[in-house]
Amino acid sequence: MSKQVNLTINGKQVTAPEGMTVADAAKLAGIDIPVFCHHPKLEPVGMCRMCLVEIGRPMRDRNTGQFVMENGQPKIQFMPKLETACTNRVEEGLVVLTTTEKAVDGQRGTVEFLLTSHPLDCPICDKGGECPLQNLTMAHGPGKSRFNYNEKQHLDKMIPLGELIYLDRERCIQCARCIRFQDEVAGEAVLGFDDRGRYTQIISVSDPGFDSVFSGNTTDICPVGALTTTDFRFGARPWELDAQASICTQCPVGCNTTLNIRREAKAGGEVVVKRVMPRQNEEVNEIWLCDKGRFTYHYTEGKERLTKPMVRRDGKLARASWDAATKFAAEKFNAHKKDFVVLASGRLSNEDLFNLKSLADTAGGEAILYSDMGGGELTQLVGVGAGTNLGRMGKGDAILVIASDLYEEAPIWWLRVKQAADRGATLIVANPRTTKLDRFAKYHIHYAYGDEIKTIHDFGKKSRISDEFAKAKNAVIFYGSEGLGVNGTSALASACAVLLKESGHAGNANNGLIGVWQRANDQGAFEIGFRPVPNLEKALKGKAVYIAGADPVGDDPNLAKALESAKFVAVQELRETATTEIADVVLPAQAFTEREGTFVSGERRVQRYHAAVAPKGDSKPDYAITAMLAKQMGVILQGTSATVVFDILSNSVEAFNELSYDALAQVREQWPIVGRSDMYYGGTTYENTKGMGVQLLPMAQAGGTVRIPKVRKEAALRPKEKELLAVPANKLYDLGVTVRTAGFLDGRIGEMMISMHPSTAKKFGVEDGRKVKISFDGVSAEAPVRLDETVASGVALIRRGMGIAIHEPVIAKIGGRVKS
Amino acid sequence: MGVFDPIIELSKGLGETLRSFLTEKTVTYQYPEEKRPVRPRFRGRHVLKRYDNGLEKCIGCSLCAAACPADAIFVEASENTDDKRFSPGERYASTYEINMLRCIYCGFCEDACPTEAIVLGDNYELSFTSREQAIYGKDMLLEPVASENMLTPRKVEVGIYTRSVPEMQDPRD
Repeated sequence: MSKQVNLTINGKQVTAPEGMTVADAAKLAGIDIPVFCHHPKLEPVGMCRMCLVEIGRPMRDRNTGQFVMENGQPKIQFMPKLETACTNRVEEGLVVLTTTEKAVDGQRGTVEFLLTSHPLDCPICDKGGECPLQNLTMAHGPGKSRFNYNEKQHLDKMIPLGELIYLDRERCIQCARCIRFQDEVAGEAVLGFDDRGRYTQIISVSDPGFDSVFSGNTTDICPVGALTTTDFRFGARPWELDAQASICTQCPVGCNTTLNIRREAKAGGEVVVKRVMPRQNEEVNEIWLCDKGRFTYHYTEGKERLTKPMVRRDGKLARASWDAATKFAAEKFNAHKKDFVVLASGRLSNEDLFNLKSLADTAGGEAILYSDMGGGELTQLVGVGAGTNLGRMGKGDAILVIASDLYEEAPIWWLRVKQAADRGATLIVANPRTTKLDRFAKYHIHYAYGDEIKTIHDFGKKSRISDEFAKAKNAVIFYGSEGLGVNGTSALASACAVLLKESGHAGNANNGLIGVWQRANDQGAFEIGFRPVPNLEKALKGKAVYIAGADPVGDDPNLAKALESAKFVAVQELRETATTEIADVVLPAQAFTEREGTFVSGERRVQRYHAAVAPKGDSKPDYAITAMLAKQMGVILQGTSATVVFDILSNSVEAFNELSYDALAQVREQWPIVGRSDMYYGGTTYENTKGMGVQLLPMAQAGGTVRIPKVRKEAALRPKEKELLAVPANKLYDLGVTVRTAGFLDGRIGEMMISMHPSTAKKFGVEDGRKVKISFDGVSAEAPVRLDETVASGVALIRRGMGIAIHEPVIAKIGGRVKS
Repeated sequence: MGVFDPIIELSKGLGETLRSFLTEKTVTYQYPEEKRPVRPRFRGRHVLKRYDNGLEKCIGCSLCAAACPADAIFVEASENTDDKRFSPGERYASTYEINMLRCIYCGFCEDACPTEAIVLGDNYELSFTSREQAIYGKDMLLEPVASENMLTPRKVEVGIYTRSVPEMQDPRD
């Protein structure tokens, strides 16, 4: 713990850690000093002058360096002028006065100045009601202005900075919180000031505008209504919204969110989600949320949502009752008991997956995880220890990111890893191509696709990088699925686990392995016993398949073919997908906004989400559907409530160690204080009152035996003369069900592309932007080529989820006649 | 007391009745044929006002709903464009509902309104035969316009109506 310093604020004795600013120290002690530009997560700049206070310092004797005493007390010398509380650090014996006439006068004057050109259009401003400028004007403002109202500047309103954020120039008070956030926290300096004096304005300096996946956060910390989201524009007034705690379902980070809901006439009198806001959890997402998490909740809405169970009769899907539909499916599954397969994805909650797994086990079926990434059994062994907080990693620690582009796969991890590197942690990025994280890395290793295991084994040899990794106080490895399939990732996870175990970085907080999964609850699926298979096509062929939360037909034509030959297909899904179109039975499931459940994040933190809105139509939660179907099959499962299922789950799955919803609901004191009545300080992020979750103990920490399976060696793929290596990589905004259907991010999804190095393109005689035909493994697709110098030569990089079904590295051919 | 005293008293009283019948004005109104004018500060059924040019004063800020102690008002806002303009500025009320059964006619909505759009009028003749009828929508609340071309929404010249909240004088009445 850092050294503590004693000071006095308004006569109150305050103790604060050394290096803290006076404004923060006051906040810590429960004294409010008004601020606009200062934010506890940003470096102080002292631009707005709102925090003017009187500061006195104890006088020291010039010769002895001792305090000059007066009546037994150190003599305090006040500065003749007011000082900013946000730029002064705490010192021993400091005396701060925030409510003297002089200080109050200074603060009042600052508000008066800030309002000289503020439009005061609070009635139509989206920030009105949760606006720091409004609140601080009421608390510290003069009430009357001496300036002439008619001299107000009228500037442009509603300037789109990007397609997600609007800027209102009149409302901006030039505090630079947004610029500094992009600069310091997100590391993407896409905003800046333009012009000077009264003409100063915020501009986006990127193309496309506001090119950052963290843009939504600037609207949270903007102390006025200058930055607002296009999504929530005029959606509701903040005081009309109710809040419900939730967890983001888009990636394995498991960001804590708050769903703001309201009953709406536009939605036919239904209660709907109006916006998604971050909820503070300093151990997971701090107070941030990426744009994918903030804006994709719309996928739970719309006409394509399934509302009634359907059964295929005479080749057509027809509405049926729950009883009839589940009975029909149960009969078919019972008839094909030997071929029963459950295919589920990490979009489902633990409760759902547990019921599915129980059904598969009891009925003698196989439980398959719909994922291209393996290794979850290794994160169970040497995953990060309980108590892990990336926010505490810094100097002396090491973070290795291998085969993953965190920015595209788990933006908040990217942000936190970047910040750990800023604090001095050794960041090692190992990837075949340059990623956005390289800029912050101390070392980057550019290996060739197929050399992932070798790269990890090289850490066993002596080198500067391996030395620094081995000697690090704490070390975390993030491994992903770039250029790897199920077998490759499993092998890589094993190699990483061995490295962590041998270097003594397993079984403690801030030490261990983290899988950068493709879906939010893949880790939970592994805990419960689901496993991905290397060849899904083979696993589904001729089987009776029960699919939950996955769209294999839409994702992969080979899987579509396999399912065509399946004996029976029942699909449990939110929306109409290509898979529901071919299904024999369709069972409508509830979205995460409509039900409760738990997810296990990549850091193996179990977190709970709550129901916020009413379910659509006759849909039911997945665990309840499975229980109904199971009952018809003669298997008794619990489906009455998520709590009951979770209790059984935590009693039967060892890793959950008799965890309960009560334990998940516990909260701890967090710093900085955000989201209470004083939004001026931390922004509009919600305070966490519904629970911070519990991290599962990895085997290495629980004291069990850690037996790491041998790393399977696979023959490297060697393309022949006229061939090239096609490799998959993940993309943040893809064409997956939960992104495409949200509608809002269309502009950022982009086109299906095949990226290759200019030299490779030249070899195959293709130009930038030209459409080519690529074929591998029975897949044949056409897409334009994009030249990209960061891609290794001889390689075609294909993004997953963009239309070309690629699960693992394959040898591909380019050429053939292009249709259009 | 004399024998005639009660008769004298009676005729005094009847005389007073006769006097007032002959000299005083009648105060009884023959409602509903005849209506008593309301006082200047009377608070009757709400009206959503328009500017002289026909544009709606309401900007959908929902402050009336916030001020309403009976939770009788429901507002939803949407965005104006110059092609389809309802009110000046960026925002207008796409839904505006008052539940007249809930309303207590306190007039807080008037006080809260930044554009003097919602005004309690003279009409006190409210009757409903169902609860649904008691919910007055925008179609019933909006002031009628003098001519067709003043109806909203309408196409207006670009860039003129940019301010939502107009400058106003202190209300003094």
